[in-house]
Amino acid sequence: MSMDRREFLKIAGSSTFLATIGIGAGWILSRPGEFLEASQFSQTKELMKAKQWAMVVDMRKFKTEEDYKKIINACHKIHNVPDFGNPKDEIKWIWSETFDHAFPGQENEFMPEQMKHKPFILLCNHCENPPCVRVCPTKATFKRKDGITMQDLHRCIGCRYCMAACPFGARSFNYRDPRPFIKEPNPEYPTRMIGVVEKCTFCEERLAKGQMPACVEASNGALTFGDITDPNSEVRKLLNANYTVRRKAELGTRPVVYYILDIPTSVVPGGEGNV
Amino acid sequence: MYDAGKIILGIVVFVLFATFPFYNNAGKVSAKPEPKLDTPVIQQLTEKKCVESKEFMKAEHMQLLNDWRDSAIREGKRVYINSEGKEFKISLQNTCMNCHSNKKEFCDKCHNYAAVKPYCWTCHIEPKEKQL
Repeated sequence: MSMDRREFLKIAGSSTFLATIGIGAGWILSRPGEFLEASQFSQTKELMKAKQWAMVVDMRKFKTEEDYKKIINACHKIHNVPDFGNPKDEIKWIWSETFDHAFPGQENEFMPEQMKHKPFILLCNHCENPPCVRVCPTKATFKRKDGITMQDLHRCIGCRYCMAACPFGARSFNYRDPRPFIKEPNPEYPTRMIGVVEKCTFCEERLAKGQMPACVEASNGALTFGDITDPNSEVRKLLNANYTVRRKAELGTRPVVYYILDIPTSVVPGGEGNV
Repeated sequence: MYDAGKIILGIVVFVLFATFPFYNNAGKVSAKPEPKLDTPVIQQLTEKKCVESKEFMKAEHMQLLNDWRDSAIREGKRVYINSEGKEFKISLQNTCMNCHSNKKEFCDKCHNYAAVKPYCWTCHIEPKEKQL
């Protein structure tokens, strides 16, 4: 039987194709333990679930400097946040800032003294439409199903696009090795390394254990945490009963950290009616 | 060929130099790394078993750790169910290193032998070991 070139190529091609599949399948089947299945992972039983976690900061409950310190220290201590002692290298997950810096453009020279000078407590706003997630080239920062804007520091390449994108200054870059500047490292939580960006994670590692975020726990009720999509949640009750503001809501990132302002009661018509 | 003597001599010198590590170490056996498992936590275990079989862990622990980190961080699933249905908390610092609290005698033994440098410990805190 004679064979033309076309016939030969057909047979050669198809037999190579089949052999490749056969060898590949044989290789996979011969090493069964190696291919882990996704069903082998599950959530912790204690995990607190939500569609969109949110926070309400009640500024009326901040009285002394100690109230701020307690919250900031609680967070920074358990998350191994370093203290470099200078503002250029500063790493912050939760921090305090004056009204005109927290709400630029909203201040005026005649506003009540207590609002002008009283610091606000600021943290990552865990925006529903986060610009940091959009710009991240490695998907190191991403939106979780429960609304937390999370980071996978294994993937962070330190490009700092997210810092440029975040209108709230919620992200800090490790310009230096943070290790020597952590006074008492928490052995249960990792540190970061030089060259990555970090920020607040709404304590997702604590939510997995069924615990409230560390700042909320340390705040004596000044911070309230809950699911904003649940009408019966504590945050929704507070939002329902009080006038609240968000930082730079006009930018359309839909931040979910709400502030109840500490307005002097004499200014509010009907005075003491605040809940 | 011009300068054949010089060129051939040069090649011989180069080959001898380039293959120095091979003939220098030929026949010598460097000690096989033997990671130690005698930590207090492991000694107290009734069934001395890792999350998977010893053979699997030996060959695939790097893949397992990669899957663990993706599951915990990216999917928020922090429980691992092993091939026997047993559950483990996914955490390098709190689960792996709780038993294997002897990083120098366990991790480093093979990693140094194989000259691999995993960058786990630039962020994850290694267990405190007694200074020798």
